[in-house]
Amino acid sequence: MAKFTVCVPGLLTTVQDRGRMGYAASGFSPSGVMDRRAFSLGNLLVGNAANAPAIEFAFAGPTLEFENDAVVAITGADFNPRLDEERAPMYQAFVVRAGQRLSMPAAERGVYGYLAIANGGVDVPRVMGSASTNLKCGLGGFEGRRFTFGDVVNFHDTTPNPYYDFGPNHYRNDPFYHFEYLTQEIRVVPGPQSDLFTSRGIDTFYKERYQVSAQTDRMGCRLDGPQIESSRGSDIISDGIALGSIQIPAQGTPIVMLADRQTTGGYAKIATVASVDIPLLVQRATKQYVQFKPVSVIEAQRLLVAERDYYRNVRANARGRLTLEMPCIEPNDHAGEPTMPPVE
Amino acid sequence: MRPYQICVCGDSAINIVVADTISAEASALVRSAAARIQAAGIAGIEDIVPTFCAVMVAYNPETISYEELVSAVHANLDGLSAEGASAGKTIVIPVCYGGEFGPDLEHVAQFHSITPDEVVRLHTEPTYLIAMLGFLPGFAYLSGLNPDLETPRLEVPRVRIEAGAVGIGGAQTGIYPLPSPGGWQIIGRSPLRPYDAEREPAFLYAAGDSIEFEAISPDEYAEIEAALQAGTYEYRVKEAM
Repeated sequence: MAKFTVCVPGLLTTVQDRGRMGYAASGFSPSGVMDRRAFSLGNLLVGNAANAPAIEFAFAGPTLEFENDAVVAITGADFNPRLDEERAPMYQAFVVRAGQRLSMPAAERGVYGYLAIANGGVDVPRVMGSASTNLKCGLGGFEGRRFTFGDVVNFHDTTPNPYYDFGPNHYRNDPFYHFEYLTQEIRVVPGPQSDLFTSRGIDTFYKERYQVSAQTDRMGCRLDGPQIESSRGSDIISDGIALGSIQIPAQGTPIVMLADRQTTGGYAKIATVASVDIPLLVQRATKQYVQFKPVSVIEAQRLLVAERDYYRNVRANARGRLTLEMPCIEPNDHAGEPTMPPVE
Repeated sequence: MRPYQICVCGDSAINIVVADTISAEASALVRSAAARIQAAGIAGIEDIVPTFCAVMVAYNPETISYEELVSAVHANLDGLSAEGASAGKTIVIPVCYGGEFGPDLEHVAQFHSITPDEVVRLHTEPTYLIAMLGFLPGFAYLSGLNPDLETPRLEVPRVRIEAGAVGIGGAQTGIYPLPSPGGWQIIGRSPLRPYDAEREPAFLYAAGDSIEFEAISPDEYAEIEAALQAGTYEYRVKEAM
């Protein structure tokens, strides 16, 4: 069994997969990755099945010392990763040699990062069908908790393991690569309780801009901005909460329910974020702006299927497969990358 | 005319709504609908969440589209009716009301222009039916709250509510199984833990069981807490007749 040691844990470093489905009726949050697209792309880059457990980190990432060789890929927010003293690439598979330290110090753009490890990812027991960490229940993932100093974490031996090569920085051409889209409108499907808001309230929701609050976490994204007027209070008879449900409590500002959300709740829900735009939302840091745009459920599903088909095509057209024997690190030249529009 | 409506909850869930007020009949309809959907084994369904008046069905739209799911739901809910739900057990939950354990007891009393003692009396009087579990593992939504105690939720939810906290949120009352953010008015706390992964069984109750609250003093709270830690506490359960 291969392993790495956690030298620096980072702020919120956990093992996640797509989530623990099927237990919501008992009140279990699905947990799972915040940015499903970055997670899936990481697994794709190292040749894993789409749902192989990966390491998720936020804001400040971990430093890991590998005791064995590994093929890895880092996706999501740009964490300015380092392999020992060298710059390591984002969005590209590369080799970590035994004894090397891989660090993901801080998110320069975006919030959540992912480390995918080839040959099946981190080796943790599946609890109720999932490797995801449920922090509230202390269940799943690595001992049911976030990483801490000195943890020794197992992963599947990657020698010899082929992986996909898409060339350096291929993601610049990826239509779903989201750092060029951080100011894009977030598409939402209206309902299930949009009828509980006044037409002025609905106008406010779609015309005004909201700012990501500092009180945002894996459970929900709280937004600051103009109050949304309801027609008769914001309490409803508690019902189910889907991923991306946008609750409007009495104070009138939205809370978007995310991976660690409660399964049911009693605030009226004005709309639900389209699955394809959840990654755009969760990667927005405190104070960044969010503007909502309505789409139909049919359109939201069409977008999701188009994204899936795109990545299937990427995988099918991968230029070739490399092995551990081939050197593959190229310095990541950030100079040519599009710059972010200024954020107010 | 179908006895339910389907509401869109984004691109990956629908809500099958059977009623707009809480009732025993709504609960029975919900449980019946959830059981039918479960039994149908429709590919792509990821979660079935029965609630007071609706069943939320979460699905993977890469496997089944919205239109396909709606057709499958209609096909399986044809002739839906409230079938008799079997009676469950009743568990007694000791609660220390007010003080540091129930910071909102005074507010709830003032809101209704009654004394805190009267709030406690009205809250411990009924036998509450567990209509559903949700929100958190082991969080029971109870029906049976005296309408005289209905109190709006906090305008700004608290960032942390302690495990065992007992609260009122609108027309609902219940006990928090784990520390959590929440918007209910907290009127007391129980030393019992409705969900404990280390305990067998992990859940004290299931949908269809009932709960009674019993007022205890801070000293009794401490005694029960000590008994729970020592493993000597005996849960008080009344089996269904």
